[in-house]
Amino acid sequence: MSPCGRCAGASVAEFPEKTGTTAVTGAALVGPPNSGKTTLFNRLTGLRQKVANFPGVTVERHTGIAVLDDGREIPLIDLPGLYSLSPRSEDEQIACDVLMGRHEDTGRPQAILLVLDSTNLARHLMLAAPILALGIPTLVVLNMADDLRRRGGHLDLSALSAELGAPVALVSARQGEGLDPVLRFLAGAMPRPAPKQLPVLQDVPKCREWAGRVGSQAGYRAPAPPAWTRRLDALFLHPVAGPLIFVAVVIAVFQTIFNVADPAKDAIDALIHLSGNWVASVLPDSWLRSLLIDGVWRGVGSVVVFLPQVLLLFLFIGILEDSGYLARAAVIADRTMARVGLQGKSFIPLLSAYGCAVPAIMATRTIENKRDRMATILIAPFMTCSARLPVYTLIIAAFIPNREVMGRFLGARALAILGLYALGFLTAVLTARVLKSSILKSSHSAFLLEMPSYRWPTVHSLSLRLLDRSKVFLRRAGTVILLAMVVLWIMAHVPTQSGHTPAIENSLAGTLGRTIEPALRPLRLNWKIGVGLIASLAARETIIATLGALYGMEPGSGQLGLQTALQHDLTLGGAVALLLFFAFAMQCVSTIAVVRRETGGWKWPLLQFFYMGVLAYMAAFVAAHVIA
Amino acid sequence: MILQLSCNKREREVRSTLADLRCGEAATLEGVDLPEEDARRLMEFGFLPGARVTAGLSAPGGDPRVFQVDGSEVALRRETARRINVRLDLQEKPA
Repeated sequence: MSPCGRCAGASVAEFPEKTGTTAVTGAALVGPPNSGKTTLFNRLTGLRQKVANFPGVTVERHTGIAVLDDGREIPLIDLPGLYSLSPRSEDEQIACDVLMGRHEDTGRPQAILLVLDSTNLARHLMLAAPILALGIPTLVVLNMADDLRRRGGHLDLSALSAELGAPVALVSARQGEGLDPVLRFLAGAMPRPAPKQLPVLQDVPKCREWAGRVGSQAGYRAPAPPAWTRRLDALFLHPVAGPLIFVAVVIAVFQTIFNVADPAKDAIDALIHLSGNWVASVLPDSWLRSLLIDGVWRGVGSVVVFLPQVLLLFLFIGILEDSGYLARAAVIADRTMARVGLQGKSFIPLLSAYGCAVPAIMATRTIENKRDRMATILIAPFMTCSARLPVYTLIIAAFIPNREVMGRFLGARALAILGLYALGFLTAVLTARVLKSSILKSSHSAFLLEMPSYRWPTVHSLSLRLLDRSKVFLRRAGTVILLAMVVLWIMAHVPTQSGHTPAIENSLAGTLGRTIEPALRPLRLNWKIGVGLIASLAARETIIATLGALYGMEPGSGQLGLQTALQHDLTLGGAVALLLFFAFAMQCVSTIAVVRRETGGWKWPLLQFFYMGVLAYMAAFVAAHVIA
Repeated sequence: MILQLSCNKREREVRSTLADLRCGEAATLEGVDLPEEDARRLMEFGFLPGARVTAGLSAPGGDPRVFQVDGSEVALRRETARRINVRLDLQEKPA
């Protein structure tokens, strides 16, 4: 207990401090959305941060270590954005729970860095009232000092500090300016806050009144309205130019992902091939070499090549989000989304679902309305994710001649790919309509979205974000896909026949494939594709590695390329059936796992799996019979 | 709806909702007629009785529209804006 226990008024309860616990929680970063809280967190921790989940929920827990000048390490936690301590979304609930000390996993924070936007101080100060009332040592960090200065705002820090009874620091997290007082606070004695007066916390008008009074006591002069934001909004929300720019942005993102990422992809592909050959030449010819090269290297490698594509997508989403454009895009998209019963906020997760459904489903956390959120989760896997792309590319290249369709602008193959993207999107929209007019009907969904000012995204924040995504992607390639490839290799090599590797159709994998072949024959698919389909449950793109391995192990077709082997094995109807199956089926354990976690049970992921599976089978069946 | 129809004409000129504002028009907020939870969040955004609200730009078709209030900008759908009552200052004192 600190001796300076001048407590902040009668409304503050005394909190029993846990003395027995050894886990030091350190400081928590708290602040409203768009206050630059995460930028400050990135500044303070840099590469020393970790993303995990709060146990039991999918809210991401960002923790890191701030290193002080004397070398001491202070653990920090970046809590989700908060407007008040009356939570509306799951994110806010978690942040509240942590602050109240209701989260066993983290314990009650020892100190708080309350991050507020200095350019909108009067309103942001409203959050100071409930936070200071917690009685935890707090530093009020007024961020965006550079904006405040440039736009002619002003305030008296010591007067504000006296009003709040807590230290105040004016910083610019983006520029890394004024961080010394923050570090000094973390190093120092950290007295409990003793505000002169606090309002009744439940009464929002009273809180706002209090915040206004504190602001004026501190001589706060609000800055001029952000001129650039107004100018850019006049363009981005223009009745004609706005939607055109919106469409142009979406197209540009895709164009770049597919065109720019290709050379990088080829380079990685070549590298994996070369290194694979080198490893093969060094190792003696044994089962271990076969497992390592045919199983692990080729299999995992065929997935790793998509890293540039995935990173580019996340780079774009990062730029759009950090710059503030994504909020405008959500406004423009809202009407269209409303037509299928969703809302503008669903647009962001659905856009990222083009990269991968897993982060997309996690991004639905920003949707406060439970039913809208559920509907977005359920339709996200229909969007053509980057794992489907290699499958599409392979099959289309094998079966569709590269004819020109619309002059030089659009080839038949590009058209086929575009068609599959459109198909996924339309199915998602139709499914949303069905869901929102039946089991997920909600009478009312208020769409409240704050428009942040436009800002240049910082290289620092963007690179931290990409680094984080690379780790997630490579971890998946190194675990789920690696495991699937090892299992497949083993299944393809047992049971041994008089000490020799069995012919592939007699192996366990072959037997399994032939067992499910009757179900696939109506789709004009054979047992090898069946094995591929089973393997692709781990991750869609695994089918390529699997087919590559299966055809490679088969004498005769081993010399032919995978494309030629497929042409040999599949009819056109079967190929289209396979494409449609991939367009609809939910073949991805990671997605199933994340849906289970997000929805808190097996009910929704199972429903989704069967709905998508039945749809996929029916579509493939029809295609196989129509295109004979 | 019935209440609105029963209002006399003079009152209707002065009383209005946010949904009636065109881009650039301002009004003083009188009250929010929404479920508790949404009303609270709106208040936290600055939509408090007595606050000046200015209508800003919108998506094509005028829905949703961005409103400037208390130093920030918040996008609202028309169905929400319709439930926020305001007093137009334009015809405040025609005298």
